[in-house]
Amino acid sequence: MKKTLLTASLAVTGLLALGTQAQAATLDDVIDAGELRCGVSNGLPGFSQPDSDGNWTGIDVDTCRAVAAAVLGDSDAVQFIPLTAAERFTALQSGEIDVLSRNTTWTTTRDSSLGLNFTGTNYYDGQGFLVKTALGVESAYDLDGAAVCTQAGTTTELNLADFFRANDMDYEAVVFDTSEASAQGFDNNRCDILTSDTSQLAALRTQLSNPEGAEILPEIISKEPLGPVVRQGDDEWFNVVKWVLFGQINAEEYGVTSANVSDMLDSGDPNVQRILGTDGNMGEILGLDDDFMVAVLEQVGNYGEMFERNVGPDTPLGLQRGTNALWTDGGILYAPPFR
Amino acid sequence: MNSNDLPTRPGRPKPWNDPRVRSVAFQILAALAVGWVGYSLFQNTIANMESRGISTGFDFLDSTAGFGIIMSLIEYDESMTYGRTFLVGLVNTLLVSGLGILLATVVGFIVGIARLSTNWLVARVALAYIEIFRNIPLLLQIFFWYFAVLGALPGPRQAVNVGDLAFMSNRGIMLPAPVFGPGSGWMGIALIAALVGVFFLARWARRRQAATGQIFPVLPIALVVIPGLPLIAYLATGMPVTWDIPEMGGFNFRGGIQAIPELGALLLALTLYTASFIAEIVRSGITSVSGGQTEAAAALGLPARRILRLVVIPQALRVIIPPLTSQYLNLTKNSSLAVAIGYPDLVNVFMGTTLNQTGRAVEIVAMTMAVYLFISLAISLLMNIYNRAVALKER
Repeated sequence: MKKTLLTASLAVTGLLALGTQAQAATLDDVIDAGELRCGVSNGLPGFSQPDSDGNWTGIDVDTCRAVAAAVLGDSDAVQFIPLTAAERFTALQSGEIDVLSRNTTWTTTRDSSLGLNFTGTNYYDGQGFLVKTALGVESAYDLDGAAVCTQAGTTTELNLADFFRANDMDYEAVVFDTSEASAQGFDNNRCDILTSDTSQLAALRTQLSNPEGAEILPEIISKEPLGPVVRQGDDEWFNVVKWVLFGQINAEEYGVTSANVSDMLDSGDPNVQRILGTDGNMGEILGLDDDFMVAVLEQVGNYGEMFERNVGPDTPLGLQRGTNALWTDGGILYAPPFR
Repeated sequence: MNSNDLPTRPGRPKPWNDPRVRSVAFQILAALAVGWVGYSLFQNTIANMESRGISTGFDFLDSTAGFGIIMSLIEYDESMTYGRTFLVGLVNTLLVSGLGILLATVVGFIVGIARLSTNWLVARVALAYIEIFRNIPLLLQIFFWYFAVLGALPGPRQAVNVGDLAFMSNRGIMLPAPVFGPGSGWMGIALIAALVGVFFLARWARRRQAATGQIFPVLPIALVVIPGLPLIAYLATGMPVTWDIPEMGGFNFRGGIQAIPELGALLLALTLYTASFIAEIVRSGITSVSGGQTEAAAALGLPARRILRLVVIPQALRVIIPPLTSQYLNLTKNSSLAVAIGYPDLVNVFMGTTLNQTGRAVEIVAMTMAVYLFISLAISLLMNIYNRAVALKER
């Protein structure tokens, strides 16, 4: 009996020792696996949500699809792994996913001490408040003493505390595990207000039993740049994920869309030629094929298409481009040049 | 050779054949292996986290938390540290577990005894209760109490009003809070004096009964003295205690004591679920006491209630205590389901929000696990001491 125990424990230790391995090159791993593992939200309309057939849609989902198209040439070669806010960083740190694209706010702590790198911003958001119209509240500064539903493990909790403290108001934070649970708490009148990023509030509002009975207050109390995240210490992969998004934003700027990308291959504009790889070796220096953006644009489209399809004015969320318009259109979306 | 003249004493066997030496050697080896596994796990984790650029250490406990917690028995606000959030979560876990254990024991004993009642209706109601609550998953019960029962209460502006003093709404139960003015310390002293007095009175009465057989009515006296002495102190010191009555203001009631619905739902679910198991344990304990004991006690002329209290239950406790301990441990660990409805227990506050804000997953999970281990071992220890006290003493 004891011998068996001893042998077993030795075997386990051996396995553990083997578990210590050098940092893998994520790009090679993804190419070897033929599939990108992408961490997404466990259901947020417009950002990442599975439909009844199990197909994922949303702007965060499309961000992953674009990376898969660039690296593997197939935007469907993605395994989507739904994660709660609380699980997301551990999943990325432990190597369970290759890229985290889950409406995650870029902050100093996350960028430094968590061992993560934010590759850019695919949606500029800000925290707001959703209230029942029946309460007759018109400003966030009238919320003294309110009960607030929110989701655990988000920057939202901290901004909420800061806002109420800065304005010398009391509040009661009712913290739920998932955003659906927090919306349910709001729907059931456990809270007077629901707080989250305004894009999320727009999405959650569509799921209330009476969406007309709730409105988003005008005040935006924080900056929430949301974007894809990769592990720190793998610069090659960091560059790939970063430049796929920049490529999509640049493509919009130069008018390349999924519809006209094949015509644009003959374009004489050197900017377009560099994006599409007909000139220069942008793909090669990133470790990809030179025409990687052609696959991205054909299969996913440029940033504007991604926005319109998932969260734009014609979707249930009905969000305007606003801050997320290109810098040439009065927004702050500005990608470094392909050069 | 005269080897067969004397029976040869068996010499000491070779050390590797000596069962004692072998067992000690193997135990040392096993301990070393376990230690080595633990050590390499630790080293491996640290090395991997370092190589991935993740900060480690417990220094985060001194940083400012910056987030609010809905309920805290100890002083807490956003400007306090992450270490403080650990304590807030711990106290909230202890509160719900402690209250749950107390209530589940009371309900469980009542239902368990009712289950054996000769009254058909009472026995069947108890049986139905046990079978329903024992066989529905606890998480569903928590959701039921939270969303279907407490969530269905009216909003604070239409709260159920109990004599303008207490209010019940979907924000919880608001009760008047006592405000202790100067001089109210005398009431505390009076209460302690009453408790100590009753304790010694009970001891004296027990001795007297053992010596003379005469019974002294301790309970009625205790019921008068324990609330009576503080009341006299209250009147004598000029009624120093005033009441802070909850008042509707803005979104919710202000003032008074608020019991949040998350606590209510969790406590109800944990109590009723665990009580159904305790009831079965109590029933099995009572059934294990042979019928001859009851009959013998009845033959001595003891009334039914005394038979239960003096003969059956003390013997049944020997069977009840060990499985009861397991139920207490289960209840404590199940209290971590709080996270589903947002009750700020240790798992919700510390392993939820604090972990996410700091990212120190390994440290925080280890601390939380250690806390549950410690609480469970403490409960076991206490229950084992109690078990030894009630166990059959063989003389």
